[in-house]
Amino acid sequence: MGGSHDRGLGPGLWLVTRTLLAIWFVVAAFPLFWMAAMSIRLPIDAFSSNPLRVLLGPETARLGGGGPIGFTGDHYKAVWIDNAFHRQFVNSMIVTFSVVTISVSIGALAAYGLARSKSRLAFWLLMTALIFRAMPHSVLVAGYLPVFANSREWLQPLWDMPGLGALLRLMAAEPPTLYGKPFGVIMVLVAINQPFTIWMLRSFFMNIPAELDEAAQIDGCTPFGAFWRVILPVMGPGVLTTALFSFLLAYNDYLVAALLLDAQSQTMVPTISQYVNSENNLTDQLRAIAAAVSITAPLFLLVLVFQKRIVAGLTLGAVKG
Amino acid sequence: MKTRTFLGFVAPSMAVMLLFIALPLVSVLWQSLHNTQRVFREQSVESCSPSFIGQTCVTEKRMQPVLDAEGRPVSETRFIGLESYRLLLAPELLSKAVRGVSGAFDELMRQDFYRALRFTLTFALVTLPFVLLIGLGLALGVDTLAKIWRGPMIFVSLLPYVITPVVGALSIRWLFIGDGILTAGLSALAGTKLSLFAQGWTIELLMILYRIWHIAPFAFVVFYAGLQTLDRSQIEAAVIDGATRAQRLRYVVLPHLMPLIVFVALIHLMDSYRVFEEIIGFSAQAHRISLQWLTFHYLTPDHTGNRAVSRASASAILTIIGVAILLLPLVIRTWRDRAREA
Repeated sequence: MGGSHDRGLGPGLWLVTRTLLAIWFVVAAFPLFWMAAMSIRLPIDAFSSNPLRVLLGPETARLGGGGPIGFTGDHYKAVWIDNAFHRQFVNSMIVTFSVVTISVSIGALAAYGLARSKSRLAFWLLMTALIFRAMPHSVLVAGYLPVFANSREWLQPLWDMPGLGALLRLMAAEPPTLYGKPFGVIMVLVAINQPFTIWMLRSFFMNIPAELDEAAQIDGCTPFGAFWRVILPVMGPGVLTTALFSFLLAYNDYLVAALLLDAQSQTMVPTISQYVNSENNLTDQLRAIAAAVSITAPLFLLVLVFQKRIVAGLTLGAVKG
Repeated sequence: MKTRTFLGFVAPSMAVMLLFIALPLVSVLWQSLHNTQRVFREQSVESCSPSFIGQTCVTEKRMQPVLDAEGRPVSETRFIGLESYRLLLAPELLSKAVRGVSGAFDELMRQDFYRALRFTLTFALVTLPFVLLIGLGLALGVDTLAKIWRGPMIFVSLLPYVITPVVGALSIRWLFIGDGILTAGLSALAGTKLSLFAQGWTIELLMILYRIWHIAPFAFVVFYAGLQTLDRSQIEAAVIDGATRAQRLRYVVLPHLMPLIVFVALIHLMDSYRVFEEIIGFSAQAHRISLQWLTFHYLTPDHTGNRAVSRASASAILTIIGVAILLLPLVIRTWRDRAREA
C-alpha cells in the first residue's frame, strides 16, 4: 500500500527531510531516555550538569564498586519495597482492566446498533455522544462528588423496599459507598470513554458488509446471535485498537482517581504527585523519577507489542470516521 | 434493523452515559445555584478563670455548629441564585474593564477565572497549528522512508503520545528545573544563568512545548494512516499531467486528508481545552492555571475539609459554555457531513 508516491526526492529535499526526521527522533525519545538514565544513578551523578556523568554514572560505579558504568537499584527498591508501590500498581490494574472490558463490551453492542441503523435516533445519539466527549472531566466529577459521598443514604430507600430490597440485601448487606472505592471510578471512566469507543468501533462495523449479518439471520440467527457469532469474530483488529485507546485513557487518568479514590485504593498516577511535592531532597526526586519510569514501562511494552496494530487499526477504522 | 432491536443494542451504553454524564451535568447545574453549609448558631458562652478574688468571668458570643441527635453536624442547602457565578465572573470589574477604566483590565486578569480562561484559550489555540503542521510533516516525511526505517520511527514517535500526561510533563520538567541538563546547556549558550521555573511566561512556554510534543504524534499517526489509503493512481495521473510536488500536495494529498485534519483539530481542541495535567506536572499553579484546574481546585478539600462544590459547579458550567463556543464551527461541520451521509 501507498508509500512510494513521494519517492524520488531531489537531493536537497532528501537531506532536509532526513535531518528533520532525525531531530524529531531525538526529541521524541530524549526526555524518556533521560528519565530512565537518571533513575539508576546516585544523586551525585543524576543531578550533575555534565551530561556524560548522567549517562555513565562514574561516581555511582565507584561507590557501587565495579563495572565501568554505574548502576543502582536503590530508588526502585525504595519505591516498590519500602513504599509498597505494588499496592498502587494492583489498584491501577484493577481499574484499567475493568474499564477496558466493560467499555469495549457495551461500546461494541452500541456501535454495532448505530452502524446498522439508519434512523434519525441513531444520528442524534451519535451527535450527543460527540458533545459528551467534549465535557471536561472535572465538570463531571463536580456532579458526582456529593452524590458519591452520600450514596449510602441516597440508596438506602431501595434497600428498605419490600421485594427488591430483599434481593439487594442478598448482594450487599448495606448500600455501597461509591466514594473512595474503585467501582465508582471504573463506571465514571467507562462513561467518559464511551463516546470515543462508540465512534471508533462504529467506523469499524461500517466496513463490514451488512450482507454478512443478513445472511446469518436468514440462516436462523437472532440479531444478537449474528452479532456474536458472525460479526465479532471478524472484528478482532477493530476491538483490539479500541481496547488500546481505552487502556490509555484508564491507565493515564489522574483527575478522576485523585478526586474520587481514597488513599487505600489510589492508583499509581496520582500517587506520583506526592513524591514530587515532597521534593525536599534529591533522593526524593530520584524516587519520583523511579516511580515515573515504573509507570511508563508497561506503556513502553504496549507500544512495542501493538505498534503495527495501532497504525493498521487507524488505517482501517477511525480514519474513515 | 428494527427499532426494538436497535434499542436493545444501544441500551447498556446509553444507560451508562445517561447515569454518569447526563445526570451529573444536571446535578452540576443545580449545585451551581445552591450552597450547602454547616449550620451555625450563635451561643453565649461564659468562661471563667480563677483570679485574686473570686474569679473573672467573660461572656462572649461564639458560633457553634448545630448537631443533630446523633451528634453529627447539621448542614443546610439553600438557593443562592447566581451568587457563585458572580463571585467567579466579577461583573462590576468586567464592566469597568470594558469601559476602559485604567488598571481595571489588569485587575480583571488577576481574577482566578479570567486568568484561567486566558491561559486555557491561548494554550488551545497556540498548540493547534503546530500539532497539525508537525503531524502532517512527520506523516509526509515518514511516508518517503524505506520500509525498514518506518517501524522504528513510528515506535519512537508513539512514545510521547502514549505516555501518562502527568509523567510526560514531569519528564520535561526534570530536564529544565533548577540546574536540569537542558537549562544548564541553555545557560551555557546564553552566557547567563537562566531559571525557567521562576516566571510565568517561561512555564507557559514549556507547557505549550510539552503539549505539542505529546499530541503531534497522534496527528502524525492518523495522517500517516490516511496516506496509506490514498489512491496511488491519482498521484500518478497528477505526475503525468506535470504537477509539481507542491501542486500534488495542494490538490491531491491535502483534500484526501481534509476530513482527518478536521477530525484531529476537533479532538485536539476538546483535549487541550481541558488542559490540566501540565499544571500538576509543572507545579505551575502559582503562575498559570487552567479552567479545569480551577474546578479541580475548588473540589479539593481545603484545610478545614470543605469542598467549594457550588463554586466548582459554577466554574464547571462556565467551562462547558466556553467549550461549546469554541467547538461550534467544527461540530456543525461534522453534523452536516453526517446528515448528508445518513
